[in-house]
Amino acid sequence: MSRLIIVTENEAQKTVEGLYRDIERRIQASQPGLCPVDLAEAFVHVCHSQSCGKCTPCRVGLGQLEGLIESVLDGSADMDTLKTIEKTAEGIYNSADCAIGFEAAKMVLRGIRGFYEDYAEHVQHGRCFAKLSQPVPCVSLCPAHVDVPGYVSLIHEGRYGDAVQLIRKDNPFPAACGLICEHPCELRCRRTMVDKAINIRGLKRYAVEHEGEIPAPKIMDKTGKKIAIVGGGPSGLSAAYYLSIMGHDVMVYEQRKQLGGMLRYGIPAYRLPREILDHEIDGLKKAGFQVKTDVSIGHDISLKDLRKQYDAVYVSIGAHTDKKLGIPGEDAQGVISAVEMLRNIGDDDYPDFSGLNVIVVGGGNVAMDVARSAIRLGAKTVKIAYRRRRVDMTALPEEVEGAIADGCDIVELHSPVRIEKDENGHCKGLVLKPQIIGGVRYGRPSPKDSQAPEVELKADLVLVAIGQGIDFRKFEEYQEIPIESGRINALDTSALKDVDGIFAGGDCVTGPATVIRAIAAGKTAAANIDEYLGYCHEITSEIELPPVRFDDNAPTGRVNMKERPADERVKDFKLMEYGMTDEEACQESGRCLHCDHFGYGIFKGGRECKW
Amino acid sequence: MQMVNCTIDGKKVCVPEHTTILEAAKEIGVYIPTLCYFKGLNEIGACRVCVVEVEGDQRLHAACNSPVLEGMVVHTNSKKAREARKCNVELILSQHNVTCTTCVRSGNCALQHVANDLNIMGESFPKDLPKQKGSKSFPLIREYDKCIKCMRCIQVCDKIQATHVWDVINSGGKSTVDVRDFYRLEDSPCSLCGQCITHCPVGALRERDDTDKVLDALDDPETIVLAQIAPSIRTAWGEEFGLDAEEASVQRLASCLKEMGFDYVFDTDFAADLTIMEEASEFLHKLTHQEGDFPMFTSCCPGWVRFIKSHYPEYIPQVSTSKSPQQMFGAIAKSYYADILKVSPKKIFSVSIMPCLAKKAECSYPNMTDSEGNFDVDVALTTREVNRLIRAMHISPKKMKDVELDMPLGLGSGAGNIFGATGGVMEAALRSAYYLATGENPNPDAFKDVRGMDGWKESSFDIAGNKLKIAVVNGLANADRLLTALKKGQVHYDFVEVMACPGGCVGGGGQPIHDQKEMAAHRAPVLYKQDREGTLRFCHENPSIKLVYQDYLEKPLSERAEELLHTSQKGWLMPGESE
Repeated sequence: MSRLIIVTENEAQKTVEGLYRDIERRIQASQPGLCPVDLAEAFVHVCHSQSCGKCTPCRVGLGQLEGLIESVLDGSADMDTLKTIEKTAEGIYNSADCAIGFEAAKMVLRGIRGFYEDYAEHVQHGRCFAKLSQPVPCVSLCPAHVDVPGYVSLIHEGRYGDAVQLIRKDNPFPAACGLICEHPCELRCRRTMVDKAINIRGLKRYAVEHEGEIPAPKIMDKTGKKIAIVGGGPSGLSAAYYLSIMGHDVMVYEQRKQLGGMLRYGIPAYRLPREILDHEIDGLKKAGFQVKTDVSIGHDISLKDLRKQYDAVYVSIGAHTDKKLGIPGEDAQGVISAVEMLRNIGDDDYPDFSGLNVIVVGGGNVAMDVARSAIRLGAKTVKIAYRRRRVDMTALPEEVEGAIADGCDIVELHSPVRIEKDENGHCKGLVLKPQIIGGVRYGRPSPKDSQAPEVELKADLVLVAIGQGIDFRKFEEYQEIPIESGRINALDTSALKDVDGIFAGGDCVTGPATVIRAIAAGKTAAANIDEYLGYCHEITSEIELPPVRFDDNAPTGRVNMKERPADERVKDFKLMEYGMTDEEACQESGRCLHCDHFGYGIFKGGRECKW
Repeated sequence: MQMVNCTIDGKKVCVPEHTTILEAAKEIGVYIPTLCYFKGLNEIGACRVCVVEVEGDQRLHAACNSPVLEGMVVHTNSKKAREARKCNVELILSQHNVTCTTCVRSGNCALQHVANDLNIMGESFPKDLPKQKGSKSFPLIREYDKCIKCMRCIQVCDKIQATHVWDVINSGGKSTVDVRDFYRLEDSPCSLCGQCITHCPVGALRERDDTDKVLDALDDPETIVLAQIAPSIRTAWGEEFGLDAEEASVQRLASCLKEMGFDYVFDTDFAADLTIMEEASEFLHKLTHQEGDFPMFTSCCPGWVRFIKSHYPEYIPQVSTSKSPQQMFGAIAKSYYADILKVSPKKIFSVSIMPCLAKKAECSYPNMTDSEGNFDVDVALTTREVNRLIRAMHISPKKMKDVELDMPLGLGSGAGNIFGATGGVMEAALRSAYYLATGENPNPDAFKDVRGMDGWKESSFDIAGNKLKIAVVNGLANADRLLTALKKGQVHYDFVEVMACPGGCVGGGGQPIHDQKEMAAHRAPVLYKQDREGTLRFCHENPSIKLVYQDYLEKPLSERAEELLHTSQKGWLMPGESE
């Protein structure tokens, strides 16, 4: 008789482990618009299956909850049933012995409180408010609704020019987005159910790299209408591009020396090389809009005058002001905001950080951008100080990893307290209070002071990257512009309530967001300005797509983007990421499941041929 | 055009790129069963009955919407395909209330057909029927437990009719087809065109059956029952009895109706002629006095009137005030003809035989009565209901002898006859407007540009120095496009004819159903042939029309004509319409 044995997984356990991973991926790929009550019932069923069966609330209660939710779905419940569901879930939550029971009950409670109206609608009318209005996940999650399956199929056929032209129907910045888009399209990619999401951004970049000359768009008949765009960033230029195609005369006013907005003045060149951005903007200009740079609205010309001179105005001034730390010593020399630093780099004014100890404060993508730029500017050390844990950073995980690989140190769980100055008023150190991670608030764990003593880190430069705001002082002379919480309060049509002929969108409306959201806002504004001026010009594409492919879709790894080795890339501001090879692009585009054809897409129109 | 070579069930075929497996198979005589498929309308691969095996691929493909590719080898009836197909039909049957013996679509049901063909006996899965119930009093009835979620009704309502009544409701296993944005059909903007019925493969959608009301009237010896037969009925009613176009005449149908016990059988063509007299006069009056806004819209299609009231209420004042032929006929039958019979209108039970469900709604609008509250028309039956009556009464139309219609309301012109097809109302109106304006008859074929199945036709004609720009649309999606263009100032017309159903009443939602087949283009030529071969080709030359004006109405737009033959389009309200 042996005292101990080595536990090995049997075949059934191994299979179940695999199924857990399948379910995880499956949930990840849930399309938007599903019935939350139906999902709640399914979740309770899974939770119930996990019950060991020892305790009453979990063993019996979860089954009863499932039955009650089913009665809501099958039309046999009344409004009292909803009270019973809530009371039962509370009882289970309060009395279950372990997390299997009480967390399951908590999910039900969150649901019946969070989407009570859906429960009630089912009871009263046998209906659900949820609706699968845009059935192709990538298209629906792209704010600009780019025809992803369409251009992916064109890439697979080797028709790169057509692919990029199809993208331009909805997004005039394919090159920029191919490099720096946050790709929400990949978030719920149905391919995740098979293996892993398609690398959509990488494919877009590949198509752009193989496009060749950007063709000039076909301009519709001139309307004689004049439109002013305030701010030449991605949102303003998108609006300018589409409005010009529609035949309107467009003038873009840009405060800075060059066009591009945050694409130039917020994103360092190693992520988006200037020559690529310039080439893209030159291509946009073929639509024929005019540009005036170095003009500040509210300073050189008032918005009121602009409104008088033009038939419509689109305000897309972005969010370019910095937020302050609000700690003693912040006024020291050598304390620079990330916005300011990136702005200078944008005009190719590269400072020299040789030999300097740099501390970046913040945990977002902008913090990573300035930290990695500081390394490239020759800094001796770069530390990134962050109040929470590294895993809590809002920056994309690959950006954080990239920064570390570039040589940045992450100083997690340290909160800035004050900046120490030398006798010349220049900063010499940043004092930090160590933190421990604490309770979860609003879905994120928050830091709290630990009992450890303060620490001081040597700092010749402190780069502050804790957020941006909009410069709404411009509009003080135009009181009608509604400002709320530091943003322009525009309607979802980009129009402003009670202000005739002025539209707004992009970061100045949403707060600092993504380039694709800014582009989508510009597109929306273009459509609604056109409508406002009494037209209905349609932006369409005449590109015919190849026949749908057949494939058994055997699981295949996703082609991830590779980067230049860290020791090489930190020496310059040249593009850091490698593109896909022909072989990789062909395989990756072949992984697309074509939800525009298979499933709900073919029924409810996966493809938006015009807007 | 790039061509693609492939092999289907061992036969080689070469077809243009993008051709589906289903279409390619059809070219070489290989039949693949389908269920949800409707060519050009619903090619969504939902039912998975048409699945076929493609060599080299593990999983099956839907033949209806998968293109053939170069070198593809397809097996339409392999073991894998056959078993999956059968399983899918069995699954559909588990959610279908199989009551074939008492189902309105028995014998004309795609599901019955496909299940029988696949040799499915009994039921393999436990029943899982939906419990929802719809209204039984609205002219359009949905049987939730018969619906197989083929989605055709949604497609036809969205794409062809732009009325957007049906949609998929809920998700997952609870998904079903139901009314969009409203809980009940009767609260929705449904035009009652009935196209969802004629596109439904099963008995999930049907008209309210009013045949019992007619039988009750026929059985009452005190009641005089009279019928009017709409123009388009004569193109379609004989289809299910195996009659050819010559046999399926209005006279043959009249003999069937007389056999059932109808006292008098008349022709709606007469009322169509009357409609033209009133509507053409109304139009000429508007034109010469430049009264109101143009275009003037025709009002004879109640589906269209329901549509414009729901979707474009701002244009209601531009709809002709003339009642539809059905209602004009009813009004004359219970006044002028009651006088001839020397009976009270209350003694008369007026039945119309129509290609349409909207007519059922129209005849019961509160303003479609005489001053004593008698409805102009008591019951409107669809072609399908009349055919069911014929069968229920054990009448064999093939053996019946034609009888002449009763007079004077049984006489119509060829111009009235072509009301049953798109462009017919416009053509009839122009023929008479020309006469009314110039005192001379035009060549009866002078306005034939407006014929044909195109969804949106336009033309211009010179009538007595007036250059008229006219448009003819059929299918409400085309009406929707036209109204949008009008609203944006992109088009300008003087007179517009709209028929809700594609191809006009010949393609009406109350007509006999042929699964996966649009019938309008096959039926319309019957009407044009009759017009061409007849001697009476102008509404204003119809002797019965002359008589009714001479003896009763005096002249078009007279006080009595206004009272009996015209209506306010605001006299009743669609759901949600403001007064």
